[in-house]
Amino acid sequence: MQTIHELTAAFATGAASPVTVTEAYLARIGALDARVGAYLTVTRDEALAAARAAEARYRAKAPLGPLDGVPIALKDVFCTRGVRTTCGSRILERYVPPYDATMVTRLKAAGAVILGKTNMDEFAMGSSTEHSAFQLTRNPWDLARVPGGSSGGSAAAVAGGLAAGSFGTDTGGSVRQPAAFCGVVGLKPTYGRISRYGLIAFASSLDHVAPFALDIHDTALLLGATAGHDPRDATSVSAPVPDYVAALSGQVKGLRVGVPDEYFGEGLDPEIERAVRAAVETLRGLGAAVQPVSLPTTSYGVATYYIVAPAEASSNLARYDGVKYGLRVPGKDLIDMVSRTRAAGFGAEVKRRIMLGTYALSTGYYDAYYGQAQKVRTLVRRDFEKAFERVDVLAAPTTPSVAFKHGEKADPLAMYMNDVYTIPASMTGLPAISVPCGFNASGLPIGLQLIGRPLDEPTLLRAAHAYERATPWHERSASLE
Amino acid sequence: MISKKDVEHVARLSRLALDEAEIERMREQLSGILAYIDTLRALDTAGVEPTSHAVPMVNVMRPDENRPCLPQDEALANAPERSGDYVRVPRIIED
Repeated sequence: MQTIHELTAAFATGAASPVTVTEAYLARIGALDARVGAYLTVTRDEALAAARAAEARYRAKAPLGPLDGVPIALKDVFCTRGVRTTCGSRILERYVPPYDATMVTRLKAAGAVILGKTNMDEFAMGSSTEHSAFQLTRNPWDLARVPGGSSGGSAAAVAGGLAAGSFGTDTGGSVRQPAAFCGVVGLKPTYGRISRYGLIAFASSLDHVAPFALDIHDTALLLGATAGHDPRDATSVSAPVPDYVAALSGQVKGLRVGVPDEYFGEGLDPEIERAVRAAVETLRGLGAAVQPVSLPTTSYGVATYYIVAPAEASSNLARYDGVKYGLRVPGKDLIDMVSRTRAAGFGAEVKRRIMLGTYALSTGYYDAYYGQAQKVRTLVRRDFEKAFERVDVLAAPTTPSVAFKHGEKADPLAMYMNDVYTIPASMTGLPAISVPCGFNASGLPIGLQLIGRPLDEPTLLRAAHAYERATPWHERSASLE
Repeated sequence: MISKKDVEHVARLSRLALDEAEIERMREQLSGILAYIDTLRALDTAGVEPTSHAVPMVNVMRPDENRPCLPQDEALANAPERSGDYVRVPRIIED
């Protein structure tokens, strides 16, 4: 498997061509994706046209930048002009957006070749991609297991060599958790760092656009190409975008690394604990100053999240009413039509969350649930603020378990608990990355999570890069042949 | 615990036409999830200000000027039912 920076270096010297490489990815998808199920839609013609344009630019010695001609995949949550965008849901099965999301516009302007749209949990609600209305996605490391979710298709595409890089969205861990399960890098940037215009909304105070890649250098490139202020997204931050690749100095001498006690408690797989503690020792060996820290409200994260996210979802998903776009099921009057449309168009998990959110916001329960959750969110934020007075990054596991089997977590609450270590950084908008840090005895990947200060992706990427250079994990890849 | 009546009420508010089996399953599952969520009540949050967003937000303004926007045909292209330049819905106002 070739990284993005290796591909573009080969494009620049003429050792490889964007058209040939794109054809090779399309052929691999054709041959292997029936087994993985990463893609919902493959945009062959558009991809080849983009590859030909990139090839002409390289021939003229004028490539657009470090993503020119690079084949990437997009979670089917990003609106793509003229290309069906389902969000994994029957209710949008035939929806063809009339516009591109800002991040899609930016990727196209950077010359990226979009191979297609990837599978996901319906409306990004889930941790296994099993809630897709259309198909299962399988983990390239073990086809009997889930790739994680909700961005499971995008994670499996990169892990299976079916795309050179990809994008997903992370609301409660939906990029970091599948990155850990699939043995690739997944970065949730700071809230507002990448525009969400054209991203189908789930929980607006928590949704983040987030890249997957084979290594940290590629992650820095994907972030750099998409980050930055967008006047069309009122929540996008206006801070200038630094050169993320330049931050990869390989140096972590003196970097203060905090290890939060609460992330190593009950429920953590001992093999994961061993791998993550070994990773912390590697950072110490590279000159980092490691110290324990405490984030006392960690155990309240899941409960808080499962009020806030469903509450916001119940409001965001009110737009699916069978009027302006999407599925319509006829009814005897308007309300009946809307209620039948939503009953037929949404799957079980989406209905559960709409119900949960509506309940938490309804008269008589608002203060006890939503009001309390918002206050606990403040306590979670204070925990991090206090920790970051003493340290520069936090190191912890990404997930309490490795990839589980399809059907193993049929109980909704058991599925929710898989997000226990990813939710706190989601609720606080802090940048957080999952980096491969080993394998369990069965050969399943394990993820190390690093969490940083707001907008301090440079330090986060620098630490992850130094760790990656000191370890062999990113060199191992899944075999689908 | 949440009652069948609660579930039916919330389903109405949510505009979800659930069948009997779904209502019962929803009652069981929501009861389990809410029991877990209730652990939050144990936390003392007296005097804590609520956080609605991860980063401090202020209103974002722009001049109120005409700008290019989606052509009407494209905006209507995904409508399930269309009548000329409008989307069509079942009659709302009684005769």
